[in-house]
Amino acid sequence: MNDVQAPRAARAAVRLEGVRKRFGEVVAVDGVDLDVTEGEFFSILGPSGSGKTTCLRMIAGFEAPTEGRVWLGGQDVSGLPPYERDVNTVFQDYALFPHMTVGENVEYGLRVKKVPREERTKRMADALRMVRLEGFDRRKPVQLSGGQRQRVALARALVNRPKVLLLDEPLGALDLKLRQAMQIELKQIQQQVGLTFIYVTHDQEEALTMSDRLAVMNAGRVEQVGTPVEVYEQPATDFVAGFIGVSNLLERGGRHFTVRPEKIRMLGEGEAPEPGAHVEGGTVRDVVYVGMVTRYVVELDDGGELAVISQNFESAEQVLQAKGRLVRLAWRPDQTVTVRQQTEGQPDEEGVGA
Amino acid sequence: MASGTIQTSAPRGAGARISAALWRRPWVRAALLLTPPLAWFVFIYLASLGILLITAFWRINSFTTNIERVWNLGNFRTLLENATYRAIMLRTIGIAALVTVTDAVLALPFAYYMARVASRRAQTALFVAVLVPLWASYIARVYAWLLIFTHDGVLNWGLDKIGLGPVTLAYTNTAMWIVFSYLWLPFMILPVYAALERIPDSYLEASADLGARGGRTVAKVILPLALPGIVAGSIFTFSLTLGDFITPFLVGGTGSSFIGNVVYENVGVAGNIPFAAAFAIVPVVIMGLYLLGARRLGAFEAM
Repeated sequence: MNDVQAPRAARAAVRLEGVRKRFGEVVAVDGVDLDVTEGEFFSILGPSGSGKTTCLRMIAGFEAPTEGRVWLGGQDVSGLPPYERDVNTVFQDYALFPHMTVGENVEYGLRVKKVPREERTKRMADALRMVRLEGFDRRKPVQLSGGQRQRVALARALVNRPKVLLLDEPLGALDLKLRQAMQIELKQIQQQVGLTFIYVTHDQEEALTMSDRLAVMNAGRVEQVGTPVEVYEQPATDFVAGFIGVSNLLERGGRHFTVRPEKIRMLGEGEAPEPGAHVEGGTVRDVVYVGMVTRYVVELDDGGELAVISQNFESAEQVLQAKGRLVRLAWRPDQTVTVRQQTEGQPDEEGVGA
Repeated sequence: MASGTIQTSAPRGAGARISAALWRRPWVRAALLLTPPLAWFVFIYLASLGILLITAFWRINSFTTNIERVWNLGNFRTLLENATYRAIMLRTIGIAALVTVTDAVLALPFAYYMARVASRRAQTALFVAVLVPLWASYIARVYAWLLIFTHDGVLNWGLDKIGLGPVTLAYTNTAMWIVFSYLWLPFMILPVYAALERIPDSYLEASADLGARGGRTVAKVILPLALPGIVAGSIFTFSLTLGDFITPFLVGGTGSSFIGNVVYENVGVAGNIPFAAAFAIVPVVIMGLYLLGARRLGAFEAM
């Protein structure tokens, strides 16, 4: 059975094939197909309860799929326990062993594989250097800050040189500044070691900035797979449009479509629209001044509501007086994206597999 | 102080003022809270231990059996030089250690199942099962074992049914070992449970993720993290066995005296309180050393 390889699976570092996972009555993952190419930074993005973490746990081997198969580098690993899979995980809570030093934590996987002591020590030091924690090997995890622990967890996984590194919201517990610094660092390390990273997050900005490709999940299903540009510019469903950025959904003549708020121009008095642009009139319902830009919510005369983002060319006073004003909005038809209306799940729904 | 000049607009009652004064002076609050238990501890508990210690260095007049307040080390010399007393000391410590190891071995899988495997309902049921024996009288439970061990007891009846000959367990050290292990098992299970329950699932997953099979995860992750709980439990099992004299009296028979039995005989029958005091100090000293070691292993955080 195992030597029968799916042709596509040969190229894919990780492949999920019709994977379903049920916990009692709850279906956490509902028929997911995914191919992750070797050396890729692949993100699984979704709200809590969308099944993204469950997908990751099935790749790691902590959960067995109820249906379907998990392939790792062309091998069907669906029935294998975690310790027989060539993947390593960076846990959300880091899961550093508190009774061991940083060095012992990092060496743990190498000890299991019976790597000789000299090589072990060298690889441990190399891994700690890579995450900029040189000389921390004798400390205990409790003596480290959150960001440092996160990097130890990363070193502990990387030191084993796995085929695939799985990261379960690894930056979730860090503050914004540190998170942004770690995003850059993670991406650099990934390019440096050339490993396949599968990165689970609910933070759309994180997924967009770091990933080569990403899958957007909702209610146990994959809504769209693509590059960050594809997913942002051409959201396949209303859920994707709403979860990544602002949804801005309109229906005109039976067609459901979305326009990104920064692509809509609020025309000044007497200002002529671009040739070919679509123009609609509406009333400004809300104004939010965000410093660099201002966000307007405009109720359209023909029904529907649009968020519009404009750069603050005018003075703040003028901007803030815009509420209640009648305005004209213009956008180019080629910047609208038709979306499918198919999703019933709520973006902020809580559930299994967060 | 600047805080004394702060005025409040509304007049306040005495209760409010006292409470505010206490709030400003945490040490007064601490003193009020701690004085009664501390007084009890110092005057009743420590003082009696002090008297015990002092008495151990006195002796009795062998004719009148009156206590003579003459400082001497005679009692301790007797303890160390007399072969019988040495044997009793070693037996007490040996069985206490054996009981501790037995309970640790039994408690680990049990507590692991309770803490990490069992459903909520099963967990509650197991808790009840562990705690219910503690509500029954100690004497009744020891006698129950005697009924099991005795020559025509339940054990031999059962062994006879499956064709294994009768065994002589009543009034042996083996019987004491079994009864003690049974009696103190809950005191080991509970702290071990507390330690195991605190281990996050992700530690075990991380171990498996790094390639470790079950055995290694148990040895390198679960056991080290359960150790403080085991040590905490062992403080109970070890000290409770060390100080006991009823179980040796009831199931141990003639050649199975514990330190406690000698103390009991010297207080009651022989009336040699200084010698009893000297012998009673032995388990106190052993426990003191044991606790020092346990503290180094972090056991007190698991209690």
